[in-house]
Amino acid sequence: MDRIPILRMGDLLLVTIQFELHDRLVMAMQDDLMRLIAETGARGVLIDISALDLVDSFTARVIANTAEMARMMDAETVLVGMQPAVAITLVELGLSFHGVYTALNAEKGVQLLKKIRGPLTGESSDDTAGE
Amino acid sequence: MAKGSRLAEILRNYEADLLEDWLREQRASGTLRPELLSETELRAQSREFLNAMQQAAQGGNLTDITTPEWKNTRDLLARISSIRASLGFSPAETATFVMSLKQPLFTRLGKEMDGQNLEGLLGEIWTVTTLLDKLGLYTTEVFIESREQIIARQHEDLIELSTPVIQVWKGILAVPLVGTLDSARTQVVMENLLQEIVNTASDIAIIDITGVPTVDTLVAQHLLKTVAAARLMGADCIISGVRPQIAQTIVQLGAEFTGIRTKATLAGALALALRDLGLTIQ
Repeated sequence: MDRIPILRMGDLLLVTIQFELHDRLVMAMQDDLMRLIAETGARGVLIDISALDLVDSFTARVIANTAEMARMMDAETVLVGMQPAVAITLVELGLSFHGVYTALNAEKGVQLLKKIRGPLTGESSDDTAGE
Repeated sequence: MAKGSRLAEILRNYEADLLEDWLREQRASGTLRPELLSETELRAQSREFLNAMQQAAQGGNLTDITTPEWKNTRDLLARISSIRASLGFSPAETATFVMSLKQPLFTRLGKEMDGQNLEGLLGEIWTVTTLLDKLGLYTTEVFIESREQIIARQHEDLIELSTPVIQVWKGILAVPLVGTLDSARTQVVMENLLQEIVNTASDIAIIDITGVPTVDTLVAQHLLKTVAAARLMGADCIISGVRPQIAQTIVQLGAEFTGIRTKATLAGALALALRDLGLTIQ
């Protein structure tokens, strides 16, 4: 079965969605992600959708749900790399990602997470975590 | 069609006479504009038209000018109409060109049908008048069509011209909007802006509405959509150039601009954007 790769980069997890999602893939991705957050204590998640030319309401909801799940485990999610055409379509559909941070690309996503969560990749620095 | 053949016959037999009568009629009508169209050209146009009409009338169909046998006549009228339009004739003057043919035709019909019943003559006149009305209106139609094409092309040009996206600083884009915002323009603005955000990897986009004359609910909606789309891509928007009237209108309309930062001037928005990026001007 296909799986969505999840890479660990220090305090961050990088999820790259490269093709259209379907139910079982979503379940597997959410399972994997939550397990990895628990195992690694990741404080930030980057979801990269730059490879998607098409995001439907299902995918949008899945992403919003995943972000919500991650937040419950104390990891903030940033959605990165949305294509202009996708953004326009989502707005026309009236869909928005409430409570999901967005950034132009992975690099800016990391910067944003640093701003939100304080310095990342610190080993045991709960004291520096800013809100 | 007995009635139809009558007109065709007259057109065929008295072509030269009709042309002279018609030209005299046109000269008398006062819509000739000799400074725009010379006598020879007018004569050529008139002759061509009579000729085309005579050929079309042979077909016997005098009620429907959309059929193939009238194609030549239609094409000729379209050409005459566009020539006259470019010379500066008004549509009414061009239509009068066709309709002034009525008088000579009626006279000729009257002479030809001498001794026949009045009813037959009236029938003929009715057929001819309807036909010429249709042909006259066709010239107007062609005129309007060509105007509409020009308007559509200019509209497209305008859309392209009036939606530039400017990079004012590294990471800061500005879109000065000028003129009324409709759905088509907003779409273009949105696409250009989002593409430029990707190209320049910008964090902040300033949408300046100083040049937008009025903001109604639809325009507000369009602005909100643009801001939402930019946010989805990870760029923040600042709306600048909010004039007192526009601020009042937006609030009175109840448009939800909460969560969107607005500034009265582009300078204010730029200062805010620079501060956001941690930049200072020295």
